[in-house]
Amino acid sequence: MSSTTGIGASVLRKEDIRFITGKGQYTDDVNRQGQAHAYFLRSPHAHATIKKLDVSAAKKAAGVLDVLTGDDLAHDKIGGLICGWMIHNKDGSPMKAGAHPALAQGKVRYVGDHVAVIIAETYAQAKDAAELVVVDYGVLPAVVDMNTASKGPAIHDVAPDNVVYDWHLGDKAATEAAFKNAKHITKIDLVNNRLIPNAMEPRAAVGDYDAGTEVFTLYTTSQNPHVARLVLSAFVGIAPEHKLRVIAPDVGGGFGSKIFIYAEETVCVWASKRVGRPVKWTADRTEAFLSDAHGRDHITHAELATDEKGKILGFRVKTKANLGAYLSTFSSCVPTYLYAPLLSGQYDIPAIYVEVEGIYTTTAPVDAYRGAGRPEATFVVERIMEKTARELGQDPAAFRRKNFVKSFPHQTPVIMCYDTGNYSASLDLALEMADYKNFGKRKKESAKNGKLRGIGFSAYIEACGIAPSAAVGSLGAGVGLWESAEVRVNPVGTVEVLTGSHSHGQGHETTFAQLVSDRLGIDINSVSIVHGDTDKVQFGMGTYGSRSGSVGMSAISKALDKVIAKGKKVASYALEASEKDIEFKDGRFSVAGTDKSLAFGEVALQAYIAHKFTGAELEPGLKEGAFYDPTNFTFPSGVHICEVEIDPDTGVTTIAKWTAVDDFGNVINPMIVEGQVHGGIAQGVGQALFEGAHYDKDGQLVTASYMDYTMPRADNLPSFQIGMTNTPCTTNPLGLKGCGEAGAIASPPAVINAITDAIGHENIAMPATPLAVWTAIQSSASKLAAE
Amino acid sequence: MYAFSYHSPKTVRQAATLLGKNPDAKVLAGGQTLLPTMKQRLASPSALIDLGKAEGLSGIEVKGRNVVIGAMTRHADVASSAIVGEAIPALAALAGGIGDPAVRNRGTIGGSLANNDPAADYPSAVLALNATIITNKRKIPADEFFQGMFSTALEEGEVIVKVSFPIPSKAAYEKFPNPASRYAMVGVFVAKKGSETRVAVTGAGSDGVFRSAECEAALKARFNPKSLDGVKVKAAGLNSDIHASSEYRAHLIPVIAKRAVAKAMAK
Repeated sequence: MSSTTGIGASVLRKEDIRFITGKGQYTDDVNRQGQAHAYFLRSPHAHATIKKLDVSAAKKAAGVLDVLTGDDLAHDKIGGLICGWMIHNKDGSPMKAGAHPALAQGKVRYVGDHVAVIIAETYAQAKDAAELVVVDYGVLPAVVDMNTASKGPAIHDVAPDNVVYDWHLGDKAATEAAFKNAKHITKIDLVNNRLIPNAMEPRAAVGDYDAGTEVFTLYTTSQNPHVARLVLSAFVGIAPEHKLRVIAPDVGGGFGSKIFIYAEETVCVWASKRVGRPVKWTADRTEAFLSDAHGRDHITHAELATDEKGKILGFRVKTKANLGAYLSTFSSCVPTYLYAPLLSGQYDIPAIYVEVEGIYTTTAPVDAYRGAGRPEATFVVERIMEKTARELGQDPAAFRRKNFVKSFPHQTPVIMCYDTGNYSASLDLALEMADYKNFGKRKKESAKNGKLRGIGFSAYIEACGIAPSAAVGSLGAGVGLWESAEVRVNPVGTVEVLTGSHSHGQGHETTFAQLVSDRLGIDINSVSIVHGDTDKVQFGMGTYGSRSGSVGMSAISKALDKVIAKGKKVASYALEASEKDIEFKDGRFSVAGTDKSLAFGEVALQAYIAHKFTGAELEPGLKEGAFYDPTNFTFPSGVHICEVEIDPDTGVTTIAKWTAVDDFGNVINPMIVEGQVHGGIAQGVGQALFEGAHYDKDGQLVTASYMDYTMPRADNLPSFQIGMTNTPCTTNPLGLKGCGEAGAIASPPAVINAITDAIGHENIAMPATPLAVWTAIQSSASKLAAE
Repeated sequence: MYAFSYHSPKTVRQAATLLGKNPDAKVLAGGQTLLPTMKQRLASPSALIDLGKAEGLSGIEVKGRNVVIGAMTRHADVASSAIVGEAIPALAALAGGIGDPAVRNRGTIGGSLANNDPAADYPSAVLALNATIITNKRKIPADEFFQGMFSTALEEGEVIVKVSFPIPSKAAYEKFPNPASRYAMVGVFVAKKGSETRVAVTGAGSDGVFRSAECEAALKARFNPKSLDGVKVKAAGLNSDIHASSEYRAHLIPVIAKRAVAKAMAK
């Protein structure tokens, strides 16, 4: 049984039957009796005061139940949205967080900001009535460019220069000293382009207030329903936690953007009591572009110091991070603690110093997006590694290998302590799979056809399962980052696992069941996974940062240990043997050295009928819970090699070959892991070649639809060559590291390193569109002509 | 979408009468542009006059040295037509590359031409093949039909009935798509008939589809890809946006034209 459905088996995804037959239940599928519909009137301006807001005509429009504004929020003492991670400035003072009301209070700060909500019998009526709302805006200059943001005007009064924080990490003096001793210094300027998440399912919410029980229920597209409930209770003040139920049913993709607590769900749940009717909202695609939290958006200058042999001596990095108009739920930690500690990469770097400025602009809030800080760090590290190898005239693979961390545990100068890894093993396998030694031949072949061929490396490090709670708390996190699980064994031996993790594409219903099937020796179809409902599941922290395996499954594993221990006790009574003689293997409890045994289901039944023991001896039942707080991050790593072919006549880049060798430690379901790698690479290639949010100087989002925002598509990608190495994580019981973000972290620098190799210079930014590549080739051609 | 009245005339004549009675009405053909625009509240016609049930607007036939295509013929039908595939394979290939399968199964040639989207594919074929637009009132030569972005020679109450394409000796369409929308960023249709070579460019011009004088001059002596080597197209009058500067579009026109000529010669 365990060989086909246990750990390590490519079990087909149990949840896919309902998804591909249209039987998934998403938030938009939820329709409550008497439900009304919300339409949000949004700001057409990037930056403006609201001089007058008159909703009287809209209130009288056909079908309208109510029109609510920021004044109504204030009247009901509903608090603003919060940022859950306090960052301190270099001088120790706290960051400058401006207020973030769910509906504007006197000012709008980005195109798409929420001005008022119209609640009507139908969505069309709400939309019609929105046209009757009179808003007199006092338009202010937009603040779009991070480099000039300090000139103002101030977006929030608390931050007059539009700087949220000025933060640093590492040893400045040691790094300066390293640079003084350097033989060579490589310098690079990079832009990490702004991305829009584009989950297939847009955000949605249904708020439903029960006046009888005084309980609010919120159905919402969330990756972490308990965190949503905590924030909406403790900070926004909708209702105490025991009077607020949050349900995140099937969720169609998150990529981070559904971690956060947004204005719309806050308003829907609050308004359901105001209007006495359930209130529903589903974003249209334009709203998703405008108001989902965006990702990335960094400007960085970095310098790498090396000695005469090409050993790295020091690394210094200066980054400006665009945080948008408001601080979204975890925005502040993304360019700081999720970014700077990754800047040591896979390398033994004696001294690192990082400075990060968080900047307010009149654009959509920016927060975690697949990889969250780690792709940005990897882009900096792997671009400058490639550039340094080129400047030193060294082979990029050999240069990396020379600087790899080779003994573990390894303490970096930027917080992280890598428990384990084998970076050379991944590199060796990747070089072989990519047929690196024959690249020169392929390049010549391409040249014959008038094409430019290039190869690029990315040797990335990931940090998943952000933890331990005490450590992140000391760095400013407002929450703990453990996970919970409860294993409920039914009297017939079937099992329900209640997990604080949340699945929105990851396949937990399959992989978590594989763990249970493996450990308890029962049929995988006897296991169901319950998640996403705060009334069913104990408090949990949710899914993000590739934590569901390493943290969520570790919690399940701990609970399973307890179930087996309790089962042994029950079996000892049922089999009339000493508990210490009871062995559990392949789904049977047996008495050592005898042929006496009971199947797992029989022991479960004994636990519930409780005929063989007294209450004084043993509690009936078989249900155990566990909370797992990791002792460290996990550190997946790997090497991706990208080979591109460029058509110099058009600037079109084709990915000719992609090799990914990842070390995720132990793997539960190789098929699902490969799927995660595929999706991650596609998203990373999307960032490198296609995607880029573009605001014009007035703060209008030019790329607000698929007409202008380029998504990666299947025909943009080759068939990936996927390899794996395995050095199990040493700090969690299952040896898991996490795989959800690796592809998106690894791939952008691999693509750009390949393109810069092909065109012969470093001057190209992401996304490397045909226009950008053609322009870059023109400049290299003119450079050649001038030489 | 705002409310509107809906009419389903059985003949073109009825459609024209309805258009006369409803000044803010729009003709609905395949609806692949109009309906999304209405859904986004960017268009609010008082009435839709749906040509879906009007007789005699669909079909493909050869008449003399021409292929005649009814205005309501869907892109998918043109793409899969044995007649078009035999007589003007470049036109079938163009139709097969419009949008996605859903668009091709609903969108029509008449709707595309009447809309004259500056990045639509069909206008380049009509212009390069020197087709004639036949309406309920008159025959309009291609060179007179397209009058700038989203603008045509069609008058009030005038409805396209069919399009007549002279069969060329050689023709091909090559599209360089916008990376996001995959509409043509530079689409070039080349057609040679007798001694005349016409080169029509869509997606690039700030005033919609146009004939490239530079490319036509270069191909006049010899219809061969090499003839386009070194041809420079002026950037003035070309679109510039985040996906392509006017200089880049100007550069692409002869590059894509060259590929189109190579394709035409391979057939």
